[in-house]
Amino acid sequence: MSTATAAAAPALRRKPKDDRLLGIAFIIPAGIGLIAFYIWPLIRGIWLSFTEYNLLTPEQFTGLANYQRMVGDSIFWNAVRVTLEYVLINIGFQTVLALIIAVLMQRLTQSTLVRSIVLTPYLVSNVVVAMLWLWILDNTLGISNEIISAITGESVNFFSSSLAIPTIAMINVWRHVGYTALLIFAGLQSIPNTVYEAGKMDGASEWTMFWRITVPLLRPILALVLIMTMIGSFQVFDTVSVTTQGGPVNASRVLQYYIYDMAFGRFQFGYASAMAVGLLIVLAAITILQYRMTRAGETDLD
Amino acid sequence: MSALTTTSTGVTAGAKTEQRRSDKRGLSVGRVIAWIFMALVMVITILPFYWVLRTALSSNAGITSDPTSILPVDINLRGFARVFGMQSTEEALADGGSGASMNFWIYLRNSVIVATLVTAGQVFFSAMAAYSFARLRWRGRDAVFTLFLAALMVPSIFTLLPNFVLVKQIGLIDNLLGVALPTMFMTPFAVFFLRQFFMNIPRELEEAALLDGASKIRVFFQLILPMASAPISTLAIITYITAWNDYFWPLLVSYTDSSRVLTVAVAVFRSQAPTSGTDWSGLMAATLVAALPMLLLFMAAAKRVVNSIGFTGIK
Repeated sequence: MSTATAAAAPALRRKPKDDRLLGIAFIIPAGIGLIAFYIWPLIRGIWLSFTEYNLLTPEQFTGLANYQRMVGDSIFWNAVRVTLEYVLINIGFQTVLALIIAVLMQRLTQSTLVRSIVLTPYLVSNVVVAMLWLWILDNTLGISNEIISAITGESVNFFSSSLAIPTIAMINVWRHVGYTALLIFAGLQSIPNTVYEAGKMDGASEWTMFWRITVPLLRPILALVLIMTMIGSFQVFDTVSVTTQGGPVNASRVLQYYIYDMAFGRFQFGYASAMAVGLLIVLAAITILQYRMTRAGETDLD
Repeated sequence: MSALTTTSTGVTAGAKTEQRRSDKRGLSVGRVIAWIFMALVMVITILPFYWVLRTALSSNAGITSDPTSILPVDINLRGFARVFGMQSTEEALADGGSGASMNFWIYLRNSVIVATLVTAGQVFFSAMAAYSFARLRWRGRDAVFTLFLAALMVPSIFTLLPNFVLVKQIGLIDNLLGVALPTMFMTPFAVFFLRQFFMNIPRELEEAALLDGASKIRVFFQLILPMASAPISTLAIITYITAWNDYFWPLLVSYTDSSRVLTVAVAVFRSQAPTSGTDWSGLMAATLVAALPMLLLFMAAAKRVVNSIGFTGIK
């Protein structure tokens, strides 16, 4: 029967279908990547969270034991608290500063040089950025403390238990603010100039135009940028790893660092995976929120 | 997304009129304050890099005796010599070093290999998949593409631990291929990003080539890839920078010099530094040396990178 239809079908009708083999052949390499490094790890990570596994012996199914342990683990909850503190400080400063810088780039100068300079810290790795600030903020010889003590007569320990998280958050604001500003700047570009010109004709000040035109029209992009940077900052690791290693005591032991420590310091992959599942759920919730917020704002631009 | 992709061409034209308009407006208090703020932002951005250079060129004794000097104190290159392992251990210790050095050229080579493997593989394979999703017709295509898109939402922390177990099981721990592997085939974002561009290439061009007897494979290599060279090179630059700066994954899989990349090497060099009387001159030389390749790449391609942020960021 198949031969009959194939013979009966004119060459033209077969044309749209003959991509099938090539279409699948072309996604094979990417498909391998997707299955091996996204889908399979996802399944495996969830499975590991229900086991006890130390890399050397086969994993043992332990049911909800890891999750029960998580609920009662005060260091875990401290890590959650510290991570949230980091996210709030980081996102708060980064978004406000980036918005100001983006608007100024739009209204004052659009020079590529200015934009390049602001982006520079983003080009170097977190490790380099962490080293650089470790030196500048150093307790005994760092330039910032030299200045502070010249003015106030006292020096500040930026990596003490009360200041470690704000310090790490500000270091990462420094690295990322230019990137975030450029994202917002791109959003600003999609607001037609005529809207501002109309505003000018009506005698609106820059300040009024910012609140009445820029912010409302920017809301969808702002929401997108906000959620994106939030997902990134929940996974803070590099800076902590180079500067404080989670210390003093647990003051800067953020969730991702604790997970790393549990897996590679103590080889408790099961428990580490359970905490990763916890983080995954939080991030999934944020992603869903992202879609809600961006969809809700979409009408504004049209 | 489509609105944003058009901005990159609109920016240059818009920038000129904007410039002219703002010149006429003259100086107001608000604008002066705004400029001062912008200048401050630039200074805070740039100055730390200068401070790294100033420290790297100073001696540790000089840093201690004159910590606030704007210029390098007791200017010398011994910090760099220590980083490159060109100082004898006695000299290094006398200069405040730990006696440890970085095998800089090995780490540089490793970083280049990893970033190149990741970029070449990811961009090429993602382009193939993007072409398949954008231009080829096959059953189940949209369902498979949705699966790719869904993978965008899987945060890296979640895949890192199982990926480590996987890479360990296939025996690629402490191997450069193991460092490159997870991102070498694709990222969902790269597929999505290129698909957008491929969809915008006029279908007539493709049909003309097909009528002339070209195969779809030839169309991909000789028509689609050259026509999309701008977005492809943009993606390549961004992928290269991201791969180069990655720290967490290489930290997990590399243990010795044979697979250690520059980011990990700098962190290790830092952890070897003496806790009292830290070798800041050497550390800052290492920091500078690690930052330099990407800063140079950025200088060469600043305009492309800067203009690309708008559409790469909108995921």
